[in-house]
Parts: sequence; C-alpha cells; structure tokens
Amino acid sequence: MKKMTYAEAIREGMRIKMQQDKKVYILGEDVGAFGGCFGVTSGLFEEFGEDRVRDTPISEGVIIGCAVGSAATGLRPIAELMFVDFLTVGMDQLVNQAAKMRYMFGGKINMPMVVRLPAGAGVQAAAQHSQSLEAWLTHIPGLKVVYPSTPQDALGLMLTSIEDDNPVMYMEHKALYAMEGEIEEVKPIPLGVADVKREGKDITIVATGKMVHETLAASEMLIKEGIDVEVVDPRTLFPLDKKTIFESVKKTHKVVIVTEEHKRGGYGGEISAIISEEIFDELDAPVVRIGALDTPIPFSPVLEDYVIPNYIDIVKAVKSLV
Amino acid sequence: MSLDKGKIIEMYKTMKRIREFEVKAQNLFAEGSIPGFVHLYIGEEAVATGVCANLNEDDYITSTHRGHGHIIAKGGDLRYMMAELYGKSTGYCKGKGGSMHIADATKGILGANGIVGAGHNIATGAGLSAKYKGTQQVCICFFGDASTNQGTFHESLNLASIWKLPIIFVCENNLYGISMSQSRHQAIKDISDRAVAYNMPGIAVDGNDVFAVYEAAEEAIKRARNGQGPTLIECKTYRHRGHFEGDAGAYKPTEEQKEWLEKDPIPRIEKFMIENKIVIEKELEDLRNEVKGQIEEAIEFANNSPYPELETAVNDIYSDIVEEVRVR
Repeated sequence: MKKMTYAEAIREGMRIKMQQDKKVYILGEDVGAFGGCFGVTSGLFEEFGEDRVRDTPISEGVIIGCAVGSAATGLRPIAELMFVDFLTVGMDQLVNQAAKMRYMFGGKINMPMVVRLPAGAGVQAAAQHSQSLEAWLTHIPGLKVVYPSTPQDALGLMLTSIEDDNPVMYMEHKALYAMEGEIEEVKPIPLGVADVKREGKDITIVATGKMVHETLAASEMLIKEGIDVEVVDPRTLFPLDKKTIFESVKKTHKVVIVTEEHKRGGYGGEISAIISEEIFDELDAPVVRIGALDTPIPFSPVLEDYVIPNYIDIVKAVKSLV
Repeated sequence: MSLDKGKIIEMYKTMKRIREFEVKAQNLFAEGSIPGFVHLYIGEEAVATGVCANLNEDDYITSTHRGHGHIIAKGGDLRYMMAELYGKSTGYCKGKGGSMHIADATKGILGANGIVGAGHNIATGAGLSAKYKGTQQVCICFFGDASTNQGTFHESLNLASIWKLPIIFVCENNLYGISMSQSRHQAIKDISDRAVAYNMPGIAVDGNDVFAVYEAAEEAIKRARNGQGPTLIECKTYRHRGHFEGDAGAYKPTEEQKEWLEKDPIPRIEKFMIENKIVIEKELEDLRNEVKGQIEEAIEFANNSPYPELETAVNDIYSDIVEEVRVR
C-alpha cells in the first residue's frame, strides 16, 4: 500500500500501460518536456521519448482527429486536452468521427482512444476554463465516460480506459490533482461499476468527481445529527451502474444527486429520470438534484464559491428530505 | 512515368468503372431504388484513378461525401458498395452508413465522410500510425476545394509538416463548394499556393489528365515513403452533376459546362489509347462491356440482398455494449 496524489495516479496508469504496450502513446499541448499544463505527464517524456509523448500545436481539432486516425489504424492514443472547455474546439472529431466510426462502418473498426479532460471549477479559472461538460459526452452514443474521484479510482480507471477498444472520455477534476490517497492495489477497475464511498441507511447521495468529497464532508456533519448518509460514486457515467444505485435507493428510499455541472440539462437529471422511471415505487420523496447554478462560472473567488455547490448545500438538501 | 500498356488499361477500367457506377447510381436514385443523398463523382474520375494507381493495398485513404470514386479506385468491392447505397445488410457497413460512410479497413479505406474537412484530421492519425510503426505506408487525403476553408485543413497540413508525416493531400478542385464557386468562396486561384504556408511542396495539375495526376502522385508518394513528408497536390477538375442528385446545378454557367464537358477525362483517355495503339476500337468496346457487366452484377447483388434485421440497429456502437431495443 502506498500513497499517491490524484495526478500521480493518472500518470502511473498511463506509465504502466505504456510500459506494457508500445502502441500506447500520448499527444497533446505541452505534454512533453513541459510535463503538461497541470504536470500530469511530467517525467513521461524523459522515460518514453518524443515519439511516444508528443507535443502538438494548439490545435484541438487535429489532436482529437489524429487520435481518431491513429486508433483506427492500430495505435492506442491518449489525447490530453488542456481543459475540458477546449473540447468545444475539437467537437466534430469527437462527436461525428470518434463516436460514430465503428457504427457507421458496420462495426468493422476499433476506436481504442482515451481523451483526458481536466474539468471543474475551484481554481478561479473563470468561464472558459472551469466547466463540467460531462452531459455533452454522455449524450453521445459511441462514447464512454469515466470520472474518478480518488487516486485509487483514477489509477484503476486509467488502466481500463486504455485497454478499452472504444473512445473513453476520462474526466479528471483539476482541483483534485494534489489530493493524496491510499493505493491499495494496482488493478484495473471495470467500467460501469460504481463504488459506495460511505455506507449509510437513511438517504442515498449519488455524487461524481469533486462532489464526492463535498458529499463525504456533508455526511460527517449529518451523522452528528443522527442522519446516516450512503454515498454512491458511479465512477463511470456511461456505462452507468444502475444496479448499485438502485440497491442503495431500495434501502434508503430517498435520493439526492450532486454533480458540479449546471443543473439544467445535466447528467444528474438523467440519473434522476432513470430512478423515477425504473424504481419509482421505492421513492418516499422526489429526487433532489444539486448542481452549479445555471450561470457561466464567474472569476471572483466569492462568486465562484457561490455558484458551485458545496457541503452546505448538500446538508440543507438532505435536511429538507428527512 | 512508368506506365506499361497493362497498367494503362487497368487505369482506364477503373475510370470507366467509376463512371458506370455513378451513372447507374444516378438512375437508381432517380427511380427511387437508392434512398438518402447521393453525391456523384462524374467528371472527376481521373483524380482518384491517377492517385490510387500508385498505391499498395495497405496504404490508407481518407475520403469525402463524394467518395464512391475514391473507394472504387482503392479497390472497394462494387457489390458491397452498391448494397450499402441500397441500405442492405450485405453492404460494406451493414446498411448503417450509406453512401457517405462507406469504408473498408482491410483495404486501408478509412471511410467516406459526411463532414466537409473531417478527413484531413483523420489522415494525420493514419500517417502518424505508419510513421510510428516504421512501415512504408502512406495516406492519401482526398478533399474538395471548399474544405480548404475549414480550420481542419490548416491544422492538418501544419501538423503533417512539422511531424513529416507520409501524407499526400489531394485537393479535387471541382470549382464549387455546393453552389458557391471557387472565385466566390476563396480569394486565391491556386489552392496549391497554400502549401507555402506549411513549407511543403504544392503543385497544381490538370485533374482531368489521368497521367498528369499519376505522375504528380508518384513523385509525392516517393517523397512520403522516403520520410520527406507531405505534399499538397491540387487537381483541377469539374463536377458534371449538381452537388447532390436533386441539385440541377443552375448556378453553373452553360459556357463553363460546355468547356469542361469537352475536357471529360473518359473520352480523353480513350482517344489516347486508340491514338497510341494501346487498344483498337473493338478491344475498347470489350473493356466497356466488361465494366458494364461488373456494375450490373453489383446491382443484382444489391437487389437480391435483404434489408438488415431491425435489432441490428442497436449493436456495433461499442465493441462490448449492445443498447436497448425498441419493442414494437
């Protein structure tokens, strides 16, 4: 057992697969000797060389497109976008090409590519560098979407994502990079398997990314008031582990969903709808969603804190239900 | 140029195969046998043929919405192509792609593409793949004049140049982006001039002269295989039909159409073959009939093939996940 930060765990996942398989390579802006904007690829250039850790021009379209073309012809690219926000610049290559090529071609090609997408607010990066765009991705058939919240999950999900023969969107929260955690084992975590981050009996909270930690903090406050929260972290948004979520809801009969994306049109709404459609009779109260306010992410720290949900909002929502 | 008689006849047959396929597709679309959209390659046959005559089976191509010609020239099977146009289960894509998405990975055909300019980016990946693995493969990226106004064109030529990727960017300048003439959609005449911005060779050739195209591609492919990087070749040609079937092309001046019909690449190569005694008229007629037979066979194959089972709509999205079916 050893400790690693979230950033180190992502890097370790990439390093292990690059050592095992020469077809795995990294491309992106400043991922080489510079080590990536957040330092996540740091040291990989020195270990694997410039052919396998490739600096690209600032051209998000061709970063994703090059990954698509090389994946279709037998390599296993890991494309780093500096911020998930920049995905919008290369969206055609992701949505119309990567996600659809296997289907359009009658299932006759593989598309084994990972796109790393630093997401989320909390670092005062303002409206174009702080978004949570997971709902854009989960909406598109052909993409898989993972969103680890701990170093252990980051490592295990990276190993699996690189092994997957489909495009995997790897969301990583930039405010978690420095967070340390125990690595109990170096083992792939299957996609579509949720993790119960805290067991409880009174209420289920489904949370993703950094909101898992806000929820755990809220849970510690709530238990002091006698409210025992179960925290379910889906870890993979698609494929979604409905079974684990349903099992928890069947136990608690009350659900809060906490995601950092804007509430309007967010993936939290999809999870809520699935619960309502499939196990409505298990619910004792309407599903409550907590998300960012429906505003662009503001710069000023006080405004940013106000727009992004935190443990206080979670405590309040839970109390309204019990 | 290293073309013997047999090679010239092969190239003629490819051009004629494309023309015949497209004329039949035109008729079949008009009579309602082919659904959707069809973008025909009639008039541009010398480009795909001249370029692909230089390629090996494991070389790659990326194509466009006007892709039938590229796929035939790269060795695509006419039966699977026609069945795909019909939306039949025996088509290249099991009826899930249609005219704009035909692909055959076993022949390096990385797909026609419905997004103008998308192939440029994908080509960089195929080129990188070849270079990364240290093979001698090249990737031909076919695209039209209008796509050179997309950001993808610039991103891709830039990347291919700095990474010295084995890619030949083949621009089919057919003078129109849908209804907008080249003189209206860009302020330059020779698209090959844009190569300068990426420090790669840029050449303009008569795209209706299959031998001129062949020679230009031969040189560029040699450079690419030698690790000398990409080339931009602009082939000046003309689309005889509208942008898609159903577009009468009223925006194309009559004089212009007349002028280009006189430069039709098919009669041109036929004349060359007769004048240079490569074939006699009777042999030419036999070749035409041989090609016609192949197209008829493809149509029969498509006609006799079943439509896909409805449940197949939910597979082939992922390698390992089948989506929910709709119960009707």
